[in-house]
Amino acid sequence: MLKRLSTFFYLRPKLILFLQLSPPLLWFLVAYIGALIAMLINSFFYLDGFTGKVVHEFTLRTYVKLLLPTNLQILGRTTLMAVAVTLACVILAFPLSYYMARFASKRMKTFLYLAVTLPLWSSYVVRVYSWKLILAKEGIVSWFAHLIHLDGLLNWYLSSEALGGTSLAVSITGIFIVFVYIWLPYMILPIQTALERVPKSLVEASSDLGATPAQTFRNVILPLSFPGVVAGSIFTFSLTLGDFIVPSLFGNSSFFIGKAVLTYQGTSGNIPLAAAFTMGPIIIMIAYLLLARKLGAFDAL
Amino acid sequence: MPSKPQPSEERASWFLKFGALGALLFLHIPLILIFLYAFTTEESAYTFPPPGLTLKWFPLALSNPAMQDALLLSIKVASLATFSALILGTLAAAAVYRFDFFGKDAVSFMLILPLALPGIVTGIALRSAISLMHIPFSFWTIVIGHATFCVVVVYNNVLARFRRSSNSMIEASMDLGANSFQTFWHIVLPNIGTALLAGAILAFSLSFDEVIVTTFTAGNQQTLPIWIFSQMLKPRNRPITNVTAMLVVLITALPILFAQRITAGTSDSDGGSK
Repeated sequence: MLKRLSTFFYLRPKLILFLQLSPPLLWFLVAYIGALIAMLINSFFYLDGFTGKVVHEFTLRTYVKLLLPTNLQILGRTTLMAVAVTLACVILAFPLSYYMARFASKRMKTFLYLAVTLPLWSSYVVRVYSWKLILAKEGIVSWFAHLIHLDGLLNWYLSSEALGGTSLAVSITGIFIVFVYIWLPYMILPIQTALERVPKSLVEASSDLGATPAQTFRNVILPLSFPGVVAGSIFTFSLTLGDFIVPSLFGNSSFFIGKAVLTYQGTSGNIPLAAAFTMGPIIIMIAYLLLARKLGAFDAL
Repeated sequence: MPSKPQPSEERASWFLKFGALGALLFLHIPLILIFLYAFTTEESAYTFPPPGLTLKWFPLALSNPAMQDALLLSIKVASLATFSALILGTLAAAAVYRFDFFGKDAVSFMLILPLALPGIVTGIALRSAISLMHIPFSFWTIVIGHATFCVVVVYNNVLARFRRSSNSMIEASMDLGANSFQTFWHIVLPNIGTALLAGAILAFSLSFDEVIVTTFTAGNQQTLPIWIFSQMLKPRNRPITNVTAMLVVLITALPILFAQRITAGTSDSDGGSK
């Protein structure tokens, strides 16, 4: 019986393909693509301000609302933050990636690889939480600043209107630091991969031809590892655009995309506006991905 | 600048070492502090250095009913999401590996999408569907969301294993008279076993840890990360949060180390042959 069934399937590979592919395909078409379409549909509805109910009727007025100065400001602020976080991640990641790719022994490399991936996989919320401890008014940063007699500097910085706040835990700077911390591993790994692909002979040739290490770095290593930087930036950029945990926990009153979406769909029940808002990061990311592909980032992933 | 005749770039400069070490410390000091603060005697502040150390919060945290409920829910969700992801991911990997079909690239692209797009997109998309279809929030809405972004980790692991293993074993098994089921049971399954295990561990911790998508699909239920998040928004019992935070790091990090270990051998041999 089993044997007959086995032969039956063996002779019909198309049937096997169908049986294998249809469950995951169906799941994704319904639960994911379907949901994305539901989001798109929702963004063309609008919330009736008087009844507080979503009106199921095609309209562009939700998108028009998106163009209000406050909402544009949110989009701009979030994009700016994503750019700043990405740049900081590149600067912080490069030395470690470079060391991993070119100088670390095999054992050291395994160790460093684990040291980078472990934070990546250990709990995201808890990693965010740890900065609550660090940046608190009475926390380790203030303690350290006091230790090296720089509390004056810290207080002066906090008094700055744009970047400061009552403590680092409630400031744009706080958000920035936590974002950099959370996404840094996503930048280190692709840069390291790209750097490992830089042929040693090119580096040697460059120095043989009389370039200083700094010149070699700027003219040979940096351009060749650039796809890795772009690949890493896809993560840091996309993740910063969509996050609402960090701005909710460390921010003052200024909104970011994620926080705005959360608030709109939650307290005010304005799912259409939340959906329309989400089109912001989607469009920005698609543009970014197209640009990244042009720059050759997908080979470095 | 030092003189050039020596191949000086073969040794890392102090500047580079310093930068690398700095990034490493930046990545790990916060995690160490999580462990430290689980023992602090302080109840309502995060003073550094902690005024004293104690073990008294551990029994309190472990017996906290809200924390227990959240933990239980997270484990249930993660188990079911992992189970679904294992089946869907393996099926998809098998199909993509064995067959050529129209839209193959589109399928693998679609599987990666939930992890590549910002979490909030998946979240608000599911939220929109829930609202549009008037689906009530439930345990299942959370599981569906989680399974969707977990599929890709299983898929990646299993597909990588398929690509590495040779087809001749399967042919030999069939030639020797085993039917497809026997071949699957005795040859294919043992072969992809560790890949399944690694994929399952990754999927489990991905789900166990997820907070962004969950916020939109959970309604009033609290998974453990959401519970921690709500504790951070309105700090009520910080010591309990501190202890829980430490436990979560252990729960997610240790299996990952294990998963790295069981896949490390295979990926090494792969790299060696290149």
